[in-house]
Amino acid sequence: MFYRENGQFKTSYRADQQIFGITQDRVGVLLLIAFAFVGVPFLADEYMFRAILVPFLILSLAALGVNILVGYCGQISLGSGAFMAVGAYAAFNFFVRVDGMPVVLAILLGGVFSTLVGMFFGIPSLRVKGLYLAVATLAAQFFCDWAFLRIKWFTNDSASGTASVADLQVLGYAITTPLAKYLFCLSFLVVFGLLAKNLVRGAIGREWMAIRDMDVAAAVIGIRPMYAKLSAFAVSSFIVGVAGGLWAFVYLGSWEPAAFSVDRSFQLLFMVILGGMGSVMGSFFGAAFIVVLPIAINQLLPVLGHLFGFSVNTAALTHTEFIVFGALIVWFLIVEPHGLARLWSVGKQKMRIWPFPH
Amino acid sequence: MSKTIGDVILNVSHISLAFGGVKALTDISFDVREHEIRAIIGPNGAGKSSMLNCINGVYTPQQGSITFRGKTFNHMDSHDVATMGIARTFQNLALFKGMSVLDNLMSGRNLKIKSNIFLQALRIGPAEHEEIMHREAVERIIDFLEIQAYRKTPVGQLPYGLQKRVDLGRALAMEPQVLLLDEPMAGMNVEEKQDMCRFVLDVNDEFGTTVVLIEHDMSVVMDISDRVVVLDYGKKIGDGTPDEVRNNPDVISAYLGTSH
Amino acid sequence: MGFFLETLLGGLMAGMLYSLVALGFVLIYKASGVFNFAQGAMVLFAALAMARFAEWVPLWTGIADNRLVTTSIAFILAGVVMFLVAWTVERLVLRHLVNQEGTTLLMATLGIAYLLDGVGQSIFGSDIYKIDIGMPKEPIMAFESTFPGGILINKEDLIAAVIAAGLVILLTLFFQKTSTGRALRAVADDHQAAQSIGIPLDRIWVVVWCVAGVVALVAGMIWGSKLGVQFTLSTVAMRALPVVILGGLTSVPGAILGGLIIGVGEKLSEVFLGPYVGGGIEIWFAYVLALIVLLFRPQGLFGEKIIDRV
Repeated sequence: MFYRENGQFKTSYRADQQIFGITQDRVGVLLLIAFAFVGVPFLADEYMFRAILVPFLILSLAALGVNILVGYCGQISLGSGAFMAVGAYAAFNFFVRVDGMPVVLAILLGGVFSTLVGMFFGIPSLRVKGLYLAVATLAAQFFCDWAFLRIKWFTNDSASGTASVADLQVLGYAITTPLAKYLFCLSFLVVFGLLAKNLVRGAIGREWMAIRDMDVAAAVIGIRPMYAKLSAFAVSSFIVGVAGGLWAFVYLGSWEPAAFSVDRSFQLLFMVILGGMGSVMGSFFGAAFIVVLPIAINQLLPVLGHLFGFSVNTAALTHTEFIVFGALIVWFLIVEPHGLARLWSVGKQKMRIWPFPH
Repeated sequence: MSKTIGDVILNVSHISLAFGGVKALTDISFDVREHEIRAIIGPNGAGKSSMLNCINGVYTPQQGSITFRGKTFNHMDSHDVATMGIARTFQNLALFKGMSVLDNLMSGRNLKIKSNIFLQALRIGPAEHEEIMHREAVERIIDFLEIQAYRKTPVGQLPYGLQKRVDLGRALAMEPQVLLLDEPMAGMNVEEKQDMCRFVLDVNDEFGTTVVLIEHDMSVVMDISDRVVVLDYGKKIGDGTPDEVRNNPDVISAYLGTSH
Repeated sequence: MGFFLETLLGGLMAGMLYSLVALGFVLIYKASGVFNFAQGAMVLFAALAMARFAEWVPLWTGIADNRLVTTSIAFILAGVVMFLVAWTVERLVLRHLVNQEGTTLLMATLGIAYLLDGVGQSIFGSDIYKIDIGMPKEPIMAFESTFPGGILINKEDLIAAVIAAGLVILLTLFFQKTSTGRALRAVADDHQAAQSIGIPLDRIWVVVWCVAGVVALVAGMIWGSKLGVQFTLSTVAMRALPVVILGGLTSVPGAILGGLIIGVGEKLSEVFLGPYVGGGIEIWFAYVLALIVLLFRPQGLFGEKIIDRV
């Protein structure tokens, strides 16, 4: 009743192909973006920015990249952590070794390097898929783990093996306060979100989905599997690499290779699975869920402990996280393989026809 | 309705295909003339789908060659075959289940899309213009196949008969010169078959598309095809007009058994 | 030369341990077509169970002096626990994912891995535990006449190798000679088809995961006896993935051979190449080797060729 499309007729193909066809959707999203830029800064406190919003934004971006590869193109990847690392370390090297390199450019260049590495490690996808491809991407992950740990050049020969940046500035504005970091990351997310959405609803997106759904048939209708797969790896790695640069520069400030370990790869994959494979919005849902969940467990478990009389130490919190993650992954795969995004659109459907049941 | 059947457009020459020890095709040769409807018939397992798969580049025959418009190939590359103008439908429906009907049909237009990935990301200018242009072409096919109501439906949710139509639509979206149809009427009831026959005939008539058709329903074959090839156990046992083939003793015994 | 042989032998022994874990992977894949990412977690879970039961059984039963009895009881209890795990996994997860595509199942096993890690450590604790099953710790010096000073061979590793070999022979016989083995191979090929000819999928899966669980238990015991039982056990088990790729997902002998090759390769490359590149080659050697094999021979050394039909 609140969400009807009545009276919204499209009179041109261009109108029919808009990203948000229903006026309520379009208005809603624009309001949300405006609120994110203008409203949130007044409402959120420093903790919210630091611990929840900034990680959410950056991990959403990374999850978006992973979703393009895994969700839209169907190429399983367990090496996303490595691609984040490549983006981070490449951006770092450009930033510290080139005088006067702007931050944004460094991060984008980091993304370019991540693209190259991603395409290289995407070559196995031309021959194998499924589990075998997962192993190939793990090779990328472990090799990069080692490279950034042992090859001193990557960390600018720092003694401790950590890389760090400070005093970031964009066009004269310092990116040091939590609010500034939040707005910086939000801008990246909005721009990349739009570009990604355009790609997935266009011709290349259809190629990716065709490869995912049936690659033999895709070849027969004139799609080149090689181009489709490598382009998926390229675009995905670019976005993930940029996210890596943001994670390192903006969120961490100083980091070690362990920040981009195989656990990070799993985390990103879980975001995509839980949020919804093959859905731009799903990436955001998944990231939000996984960022908020440990915090929720942190708050909730001691309360339950008091109620039921068991003690809760940090180890128990970690274990509970593992259990909840594992259970959720399994539950979603069984019950709703299309994740939170599908639940969201089903909910919207119900809203359209409310108060009627069907 | 009169149509002129042209010269030989596709020539299959001495094709032999084996999987391990199993011989799927043995020394098959036949030709297809432009604008005709050529049926391939034969009992199950005769190698008909394998023959189409060889033309499409899905399988590589151990021997033989295929000539299309004067160019001869020992091995067809799927992508090149598509760009040359040969499209096909599949016996088991190879639709992209995760996409809507519209997207499935639009994917058939992909080989004609020229704008690169950067333009598509920005979705301005040439990229937007191309999307709209191809959308118009696809809408004509949607009108032709009478599936307007199902545009945005995910293909997996459609009944079988409609899925077959989408399969045909996707092949048509490629604007092919030759259309390979692998049992397009399998699993359909009488009305659906009549609709599908009508589509095939219209495609052949209006667009002049050459059709190579695998089909089991004899009445359909006899009715709409210009010439017929008969396969049995991977060998060719008949080749000619429907009437010639109908009276061929080898064909009769292949279908009915030699004790008849 | 002596040093080279020592390194080689050390690599072979380490490889044997990988093979034990890889065996579990191959079993489940061969018999149900599922790639079990949770195998490493199962090894850890089983080892934890074993370690703790070995501690608790004397307390529960009061038998403090007869180590053989308490250890055996602990082993049986751990086996029962693995059976329960298998049963739960089949009931709650596998049953609902019949005939889904491989990627979905793979990701489901990832979820199971996390679950097992969390549950295992909640129940059994997350400290470092010891498994003491009476394995001899002293090394022996062999071939003292041929090489000066002899070659150091670890008795523990030798026994592990013997146990692994025994397991392999048992399992190969099982798959080839018994009707259950045949049924398992049918299930691996096509879940629905196997169901439609009356193979009880649920029981088969419980059997398979249970056997894999026991294999994980044996592997966990040996690893744990060598390294101590701790969380890192499940990540070390991830090193067994490339073993399976190298040997072929469907081949039991392949798992063994693959393990040996990777064990030897890792040790040799670490010792002889490592100094030039700053060490740590072990982190990625196995995976990069698997990657190269994947590009040229995806089915591995002994696996069956994968055919895609339209």
